[in-house]
Amino acid sequence: MLQAVGLSCRRGERRLFSDLNVKVEPGTLLAVVGENGSGKTSLLRIFSSLLPPEEGSVLWDGQDIHQLKELYAGQLTYLGHLNGIKDDLTPLENLMSATSLAGEPCSNNGAKEALEAIGLKRPIHHLPSKVLSQGQKRRVTLARLWLSTRPLWLLDEPFTSLDAASTGVVTQRLLAHVQRGGLAVLVTHQEVALPAERLQHLRLAG
Amino acid sequence: MNRSSMWEAVSGIVKRDLLLAMRRRSDAAMSVFFLVIVASLFPLGVGPEPAVLRTIGPGVLWVAALLACLLSLSRVFTADYVDGALEQMVLVPQPLAVLVAGKVVAHWLISGLPVVLLSPLLGLQFGLSGDALGVLVLSLLLGTPTLSMIGAIGAALVLGVRGSGLLVALLVLPLYVPVLIFGAGAVTSSMAGIGAEANLSLLGACLVLSLFLAPWATAAALRIALE
Repeated sequence: MLQAVGLSCRRGERRLFSDLNVKVEPGTLLAVVGENGSGKTSLLRIFSSLLPPEEGSVLWDGQDIHQLKELYAGQLTYLGHLNGIKDDLTPLENLMSATSLAGEPCSNNGAKEALEAIGLKRPIHHLPSKVLSQGQKRRVTLARLWLSTRPLWLLDEPFTSLDAASTGVVTQRLLAHVQRGGLAVLVTHQEVALPAERLQHLRLAG
Repeated sequence: MNRSSMWEAVSGIVKRDLLLAMRRRSDAAMSVFFLVIVASLFPLGVGPEPAVLRTIGPGVLWVAALLACLLSLSRVFTADYVDGALEQMVLVPQPLAVLVAGKVVAHWLISGLPVVLLSPLLGLQFGLSGDALGVLVLSLLLGTPTLSMIGAIGAALVLGVRGSGLLVALLVLPLYVPVLIFGAGAVTSSMAGIGAEANLSLLGACLVLSLFLAPWATAAALRIALE
């Protein structure tokens, strides 16, 4: 269970939010919505432990994530709004180096299947990533979700520059994840098509 | 988190960086060419007097190696920072310092090792004797990893800062001074017949010290850069 207790965040002079309390139970997805600049990405970075909160704490199963450190990182798949894709590597190489770095190395075939699951056909697997479109690059990043066995997923606007079909595929993957008892926190501007009992909204006022 | 998964993550980083360097050979070749050109300018400028060249040779070669290393520092973390790969590096179940060590090893293999291998050839331009060339290679072998280690701290500190190329030079060059003194001193003293052991031991000590301290300092600087 992921829990935020009395979080507040300040970027520069601006206070983005204060005394924020939220709880994400296993098997549910938290969709963080709000205007641009309302602190959605900052909240996700606080959840990921990249950004220390000004006040308050984030608890994973009751323990502060800044004390758990690497143990918490082992529970987590974080995909930020940057893709982390190397232009000179192929999608296959990008995916395999990302998963091996994250400590979940996958086989060549496993990576190919993940790329196909998100709609990247085989000929694309061996092209340099610099020739891919923005949406295709996003899909290479999101293919990691098919290889991740971590319970907590933190995704920053995963649907940006995806077409409708891919958005549906990713939503299906999210549903499968929460049905297995996983947790997810999603920053998004779109409606997430999940059953209401699995979905929780958090609106940041800005 | 066990030892084998840590090793896997580190070797994964080294392999990825070497693969990237292979795909962009021109980047890696640039600092090597820079070294060759700088080292060749001095004999042309100073003149062909063998005694003079022999005196300035060790110092010039070491300064050239140091500048070549400096030139390649901006590549260590900048690309990862811009494309988001650095965020992923920080959020892995391994200590960040260990991964940083992997990045530095890759940097040394790409830009330090070619310098070591080329140095005897460049030393010939300065009329260095066989013994002196051997000591030069040995001193660079001990010294260039230290340069990469210290340089990584500077490269991490200036991430996201405008005009970081010059700033990293100002930050890192003073810290390079001991390595330069011991490195060039080793060659000079071996040419003078005193023996290079003292200077080489000091270079070794610098390497061990930087191996222990630099990855932690770099990891701390990276975390600050990502906040």
